[in-house]
Amino acid sequence: MNTMRLTESAVDTDIKITAKDVQVYYGDNHAIKDVSVEIQDKTVTAFIGPSGCGKSTFLRCINRMNDTIDVCRVQGDIKIDGEDIYDKRVDPVQLRAKVGMVFQKPNPFPKSIYDNVAYGPRIHGLAKNKADLDDIVERALRRGAIWNEVKDRLDAPGTGLSGGQQQRLCIARAVATEPEVLLMDEPCSALDPIATAQVEELIDELRKSYSVVIVTHSMQQAARVSQRTAFFHLGNLVEYGETGQIFTNPVDPRTENYITGRIG
Amino acid sequence: MWWPLNGTDNGTLRMSITAILFLAVLALCVLGYSLARNRALAGAGGDRRLLHSLPTYYGTNAAMFTAVPALGVMVIWLLAQPMMIETRVQGMIPASFIDEGSSIGLVMNDVRRVADGLDLAVKSGGLSADDARKLSANSDVRGMLADRGVALGSDVKPEVLAAAQTYRSAAATGRMWMVVVVMGLALIGFAIAVSLSKPDFRARNVVERGILALLMVAASLAILTTLGIVLSMLFESINFFRVHPASDFFFGGSWAPNFRGDSDLSILPLLWGTLYISLIALTVAVPIGLFAAIYLSEYAGPKLRAVAKPLLEILAGIPTIVYGLFALLTVGPALVRVFGRGDEGLLGVEWMSGATAVLTAGLVMGIMLIPFVSSLSDDIINAVPQAMRDGSLGLGATPSETIRQVVLPAALPGIVGAILLAASRAIGETMIVVLGAGAIAKFSANPLEAMTTITTRIVSQLTGDTDFSSPETLVAFALGLTLFVLTLGLNVFALIIVRKYREQYD
Amino acid sequence: MSNPDQTPAVAKTSLLKLDARTRKRNAAETRFKAYGMIAIGMGLLMLVILVFNIVSRGTGAFQQTFVTLEVELVAAKLDKKGNRNLDDIKKVSTFGYAPLLKDAFEAKVAVAGIDTGIKPKQMAAILSKSAAAQMRDFVIANPDMIGETVAFEFLASSRVDGYLKGRVSRDSIANDKKISPEQLDFVDQLVSEGSVTKRFNMSFITGSDASDARPESAGMGVSMIGSLIMMMVVLVLALPIGVAASIYLEEFAPKNWITDIIEVNISNLAAVPSIVFGILGLAVFINYMHLPNSAPLVGGLVLTLMTLPTIIISTRASLKSVPPSIRDAALGVGASKMQSVFHHVLPLAAPGILTGTIIGLAQALGETAPLLLIGMVGFIASNPPDSIAAGLMSPNSAMPAQIYEWAKRADPAFYERAWGGIIILLVFLVSMNTIAVILRRRFERRW
Repeated sequence: MNTMRLTESAVDTDIKITAKDVQVYYGDNHAIKDVSVEIQDKTVTAFIGPSGCGKSTFLRCINRMNDTIDVCRVQGDIKIDGEDIYDKRVDPVQLRAKVGMVFQKPNPFPKSIYDNVAYGPRIHGLAKNKADLDDIVERALRRGAIWNEVKDRLDAPGTGLSGGQQQRLCIARAVATEPEVLLMDEPCSALDPIATAQVEELIDELRKSYSVVIVTHSMQQAARVSQRTAFFHLGNLVEYGETGQIFTNPVDPRTENYITGRIG
Repeated sequence: MWWPLNGTDNGTLRMSITAILFLAVLALCVLGYSLARNRALAGAGGDRRLLHSLPTYYGTNAAMFTAVPALGVMVIWLLAQPMMIETRVQGMIPASFIDEGSSIGLVMNDVRRVADGLDLAVKSGGLSADDARKLSANSDVRGMLADRGVALGSDVKPEVLAAAQTYRSAAATGRMWMVVVVMGLALIGFAIAVSLSKPDFRARNVVERGILALLMVAASLAILTTLGIVLSMLFESINFFRVHPASDFFFGGSWAPNFRGDSDLSILPLLWGTLYISLIALTVAVPIGLFAAIYLSEYAGPKLRAVAKPLLEILAGIPTIVYGLFALLTVGPALVRVFGRGDEGLLGVEWMSGATAVLTAGLVMGIMLIPFVSSLSDDIINAVPQAMRDGSLGLGATPSETIRQVVLPAALPGIVGAILLAASRAIGETMIVVLGAGAIAKFSANPLEAMTTITTRIVSQLTGDTDFSSPETLVAFALGLTLFVLTLGLNVFALIIVRKYREQYD
Repeated sequence: MSNPDQTPAVAKTSLLKLDARTRKRNAAETRFKAYGMIAIGMGLLMLVILVFNIVSRGTGAFQQTFVTLEVELVAAKLDKKGNRNLDDIKKVSTFGYAPLLKDAFEAKVAVAGIDTGIKPKQMAAILSKSAAAQMRDFVIANPDMIGETVAFEFLASSRVDGYLKGRVSRDSIANDKKISPEQLDFVDQLVSEGSVTKRFNMSFITGSDASDARPESAGMGVSMIGSLIMMMVVLVLALPIGVAASIYLEEFAPKNWITDIIEVNISNLAAVPSIVFGILGLAVFINYMHLPNSAPLVGGLVLTLMTLPTIIISTRASLKSVPPSIRDAALGVGASKMQSVFHHVLPLAAPGILTGTIIGLAQALGETAPLLLIGMVGFIASNPPDSIAAGLMSPNSAMPAQIYEWAKRADPAFYERAWGGIIILLVFLVSMNTIAVILRRRFERRW
């Protein structure tokens, strides 16, 4: 599977997200410097790099989660389907419905499994009636590859699930709003190897419907799940290209150093 | 009536004996300190490296041995002696001697005054000690004492004089024995500690164990206080239930104390007033406090937070007497202007006659509780992990949807705990209701009427002339006990909820 | 997984256009935010109203109306024997001095050419009832002045004072027996003539309480001493006991049920209504130990018990904030546990402990309810104590109790005093809290 993916080229070359000259500042700290990148649709794109290199920060720019941090300023253009998401007319609420996000630590709400998944559709008014909502929840849970484990206890609290189940629940919750892009911020860092394998399998499935962007600190994971990889270092986008090429034949010496374990 | 808690000159007389004793023990302490220290050093041939502990520890050890048991016994003696003498003297007064309308307490007051007066007379030289002892009731004791500044309500009866004389002699004997015992203990401790002071004696360990014991005593004072509260109220409550049926207290329908006896003393109307006022207070404080906390923790920028939070907390630091005055003199009259005065009023209605009313007290108490609710809720809302908010915002929820549907439900147990704590505050609050609520005990749903509360009645039954054998006074203790149990229950319940809530996110 | 590809075709919407639903949700967002702002606004508004109310109604108490009057100390009345014997002079009571005031007013009216229809007795009634006593005190202090004419500054009666401050008007005295419109006219004349003036009144701050009939001469001074003595008692007892208890609980206490009981007790005591501590004080200190009623010592003891939990809680927090590495370092060089605590941890925690203690004291200073039960109200705290022992044992009031006392009296002139008393009390509280904040800022250490 691995080797196959390494040689596999992108199925679809539509550009979903275009970022140009993006700068991010946390107060006086220049966290992201001049990042330009084009992310393809129906592709898994991995952001890798050492801790604090800005990969998560950049990810959070794509659905404007950085807006919730007072001291954070973003400059430059980020466009989804050609529309500038930092345009004044864009409501981050609508944007985030389109660009879902899964976080590092599983964060189910202290509600039932059903309510966790139904939360997004409810606030966005996606369901016409209760039966419709039931459908959406079931579809999302199936897509999150967790339906079989929880279908008998949809009323149980989401916080009672195991770590891996919680993260898959969160993924199901994110896909329930029918996003076009799914951002994943180190989704497996809090999970054990078995749960990680399950989530990775799921990511591969999700690629068929969404443009998936995943931040990971594990190079193996990036190699396993992604088609394209971007390497960040000290706030700069050092190298971006086919995953196979980045891992086997990096252009930049910094990328090579990181991949071979000399920096990180 | 023991040193140094007595302001009369008689007290200073006794003070001098106790003070001398105290100073003597202290002197022995100092002596013990230097003796023990030097003896230990001498034992080591002046080389302090050969000592087990630093030289000061040997000294401190001696001082501790000398002072702690002696002074401890002295304090206990001073506390116990008046009680024992009192019981003995009380036994001397025949029951027939106590008049109608008087009580043993009042007679004992006389006895004490006469005894103190005689002591005073002896001290000022107006009377020789012998004469004082032989004084008979025939002579004008009252006049003589009046000259010395001790005013008596009536002439001294022979029984009282006899009791007073016993009182004096018992006190003198007690004092003498106290001196003997305390000095003895001090000397024994001194001797032991000094003789122990040899280089291989582990002085530091002993001293530290002593200090640890003192620390423990200090910590256990909390238990003692609680015990004191519970026991003092319990005993008097039992006395109350002896003279007044418990069924009337707990289930009766009216509160009508009558100092000629035969009172209706039911807690229910008071409880109603208390709960009604607390309810109004919470209706004011909870929405304002909660929304203020939400805004401050979820929306406000750091600048607004830095200004508004401390400003709101000022409201919590204002003494309750200020709120009481505010209720009585500002809010009450303002409400009367709105709801009362007939045609002259703002609404042209005559619903409210006086400034004191349930609404007055409730509103002001609500203001007082705003910062209480807001700072507790603030803590609790902040304890909800940021990941919850991120999860919701990441799904495209607006901040208010996040707060209402994720943060608040997650924080709900904690907020309920905070509200219960606020309710307990409201129930136990005194000054606002004493000044703002009124004194009429009744069951009424009209918030513009004056009503009374448990705390108000405690104050009114225990101030002024009180007779600790009448149910009208004793009922205050039963009310106090109920209040204590009520607030304690609410607090414990609230703390359990809050703790469970915090554990959930730790 | 059944048909993961079967995504319902959602029409692609532009991000640049707000859909109706989002607009509605944003409106709800704005409303919700507004509720929050309104709540904060309400809270702050209450604070502003409260402060404004206190200041506007209380500052009047610091000003008082005085009447300047030249009184001839007629020898024939004050010293009939003429030998300036102090004992004889003392035999003349304040009743003997009252006529002099009438004469003085008569003379004044004649000299200043004031045309008034009221009788000298009514003129003298614009003075405080303390005027005669003030003269008598003066004469006893200066017997040589008998026979001379001396310019006195008397307090005006509370009605006149209220008239000058706007509290009393001609309408409001319609049914008032103590003053008539004619007397107010007379006051107006005296004001324009310059012998009735309003100025700063130091004796409100330093003076003692006065009886119901003389609100104009009531002051906070003696109750301030009472409060001060109580605070001393609290400081001397609560600080060492509180620190000792905290050290034990934080550093030495084993984890067992006794410790648990102590901890539960402390947190519960912190929430016990203050009036319950008053009942405890009454039952234990007064009924059982026979300590005198109304004594600041008893008040101090009760407040100590009340403040202890606060001090213990804050002291434990400051002890806890000293990092374990400090303790380890001390233990590492061979100090005993006790030495590590007393030599290193305690000094490092001292600023925090001090801050907590000051805040606890401020709380105790404003506490009223327990003082009512141990009898620190209901009498006139007239004389400052002459020694520490007397200060501890003899009946006194305390600032909040004095304010309560005034609030309970019938004459509205006392309300102004109560508000003024609150200003003094708040000045104390604000300074104490400011000191605490400064201490915290100054010594705050981040590990």
